[in-house]
Amino acid sequence: MSVSAEVLAQKTVGGIDLTRPPESLWRDAWRRLLRNRAAVAGGIFIIIVSVAAVFADDAIVAWALGREARPLMAPYGYKEVDFQNTRSSPSLQRTAEGRFPHLMGTDKYGRDVFTRIIYGGRISLAIGIVCSLVITIFGLAYGSFSGYLGGRVDTLMMRFVDIVYAFPQILFIILVMVILGSTAGFVAVRNMVVAIGLLSWMGTARLVRGQFLSIKEQEYVLAARMVGARDMAIIARHMLPNSLGPIVVSITLNIPVLIMFEATLSFIGLGVPPPFPSWGQMLNEGWRAMRADPHLTFFPALMLSLTMLAFNFLGDGLRDALDPQMRGTT
Amino acid sequence: MTTYIIRRILWLVPVLLMVTVVVFGAMKMVPGGPFSTQGRPMSPEIRANFEARFHLDEPVWKQYFRYMVGDFVDTGRLRDFGRHGLLGFDFGPSYKYRGRTINNVLFDGGLVKAAVSVSAQLGAMATIIAVGIGIPLGLISALKQNTWMDYVAMFFAMMGVSVPNFVVGLMFMLTMLWLSQNNLPALPLARWGTDSFGDWLSHMILPAMTLGTGGSARIARLTRASMLEVIRQDYIRTARAKGLAERTVILVHALKNSLIPVATVLGPLIAAWLTGSFIIETIFSVPGIGRFFVTSIADRDYTLIMGVFLVYAVVLAVMNILVDISYAFLDPRIRFD
Repeated sequence: MSVSAEVLAQKTVGGIDLTRPPESLWRDAWRRLLRNRAAVAGGIFIIIVSVAAVFADDAIVAWALGREARPLMAPYGYKEVDFQNTRSSPSLQRTAEGRFPHLMGTDKYGRDVFTRIIYGGRISLAIGIVCSLVITIFGLAYGSFSGYLGGRVDTLMMRFVDIVYAFPQILFIILVMVILGSTAGFVAVRNMVVAIGLLSWMGTARLVRGQFLSIKEQEYVLAARMVGARDMAIIARHMLPNSLGPIVVSITLNIPVLIMFEATLSFIGLGVPPPFPSWGQMLNEGWRAMRADPHLTFFPALMLSLTMLAFNFLGDGLRDALDPQMRGTT
Repeated sequence: MTTYIIRRILWLVPVLLMVTVVVFGAMKMVPGGPFSTQGRPMSPEIRANFEARFHLDEPVWKQYFRYMVGDFVDTGRLRDFGRHGLLGFDFGPSYKYRGRTINNVLFDGGLVKAAVSVSAQLGAMATIIAVGIGIPLGLISALKQNTWMDYVAMFFAMMGVSVPNFVVGLMFMLTMLWLSQNNLPALPLARWGTDSFGDWLSHMILPAMTLGTGGSARIARLTRASMLEVIRQDYIRTARAKGLAERTVILVHALKNSLIPVATVLGPLIAAWLTGSFIIETIFSVPGIGRFFVTSIADRDYTLIMGVFLVYAVVLAVMNILVDISYAFLDPRIRFD
């Protein structure tokens, strides 16, 4: 092939680089992801919200030293009350005492809404990310087992998934949440993860099973079995890495759904108990006074929507990046 | 096909039995009871009397069987099987609404006013809105891929997927408040109308739109995705090659096929809409069954909890069967044997 040799010697044809160094699938996907502006914007937004939420105060250091947490990035404490300024509107001016302006106003107790939004991000992100990981781990175990074994075990396990699907999800989450109770702090978050996770793993399980059923028949799995690899090794070394793409996408796209479940529970009053804020709970406190103090409804609603939007953009971008065939179809 | 449907309906029996067992067991694990959590202090003797009256002092398994088969538990006579029990379509007495049965609470008022029916009307309207907006939007987006129409449609679809429906509801309320404050015509914000058709419709629109917009966004995204996949298939080229009108190719050959993933998602969505939503019904003061989701559990109104769960589970199961049957109509290659 004399032509191709000539072309390759040129390295570029019409400005297109032909001799890009070989890249792994993941590097390639990463490059494609960075080119997707919406996904990058979503990712940056998530990073900002996460950093603000984690470093709102020095809770970890304070816990280690056994003292009260002091605000770091948050201008006020989440339950700090400013009697002089109750129900004040958003403003950019410093308060009469010369403190940080109430950027998003204050609620009826005079608590700074901006601060509470930052703290509320802790709950939403914690539930969204932790719950998504828990669901994925369980769904992965269940789906890979079912898909790899196939046959009667597979049928039986999928029948069980069908039964769980027949349970009214939101009702059952509420019921489990009432059983577990929502006591303060970490316990409430853990209980919410359990309650939501209990009826949310089936989608991932089905996805993984489908992946495994198709990958099982591929030649490289056959080759691995021929050289005598054990089942666990085949699953861990060959089948999991090859089905990771859709799983990563499903982790990301699950997060906004879970964040919404958390907001719904908190809105009903079954989430993290006050005074610790979460966006859903702030909405619950705010919406009845919507006419007088719209800022109490507006900002939590905005943050909730923007965060879900960011995860959706990132998830869509990841799917396009990891599966170029599907590019632009969703 | 008929055998398939019969088999699916028979499969409902163990599934629903499973639901009753799990929910009954779970709700008995909730601390407290209907007569110990209602605020008003009650002397232990009176509470014991109440509990004996409603057989709450029996072991849980016996309570379960009493709930299921009714008087049969006491008499052991076959003709009492199901009398005052779930198998005789008797959901039992309510603990919270004294003197009323769950059948009263859920079904009284007929097709117009019954709690179940109000939620179903709202859900049906939400379904119409979601499908009516979602499918055309997705279709246009797919046909005009990568044009400004596509971008605008998908931007709104993305917003619709990302904004929680109660936030949408609150935004609608803010808008209506603003309109009425400026003496502009606004839709009523709360309660439910049954006086006339106009009254009914005007109270229905806001909550139905709130439920439907999120759904329409999901449907639009799904329709677009599967439509883009389908129009690249060979049989679409064949349809064009044999000289069919473009309209027929798109609407009959492509759209029908691409609705399969939409139908899959639509099943559980419609079930959720038909059975009401706690938050939407609370925000808009709609007298449906959605408001019982939380109150029944908070009141430990055991029979009502079971009733609400069962209504939901039955609707969900029926919707899932309908979805599976619809596959056969949407894609003639799918057969059930």
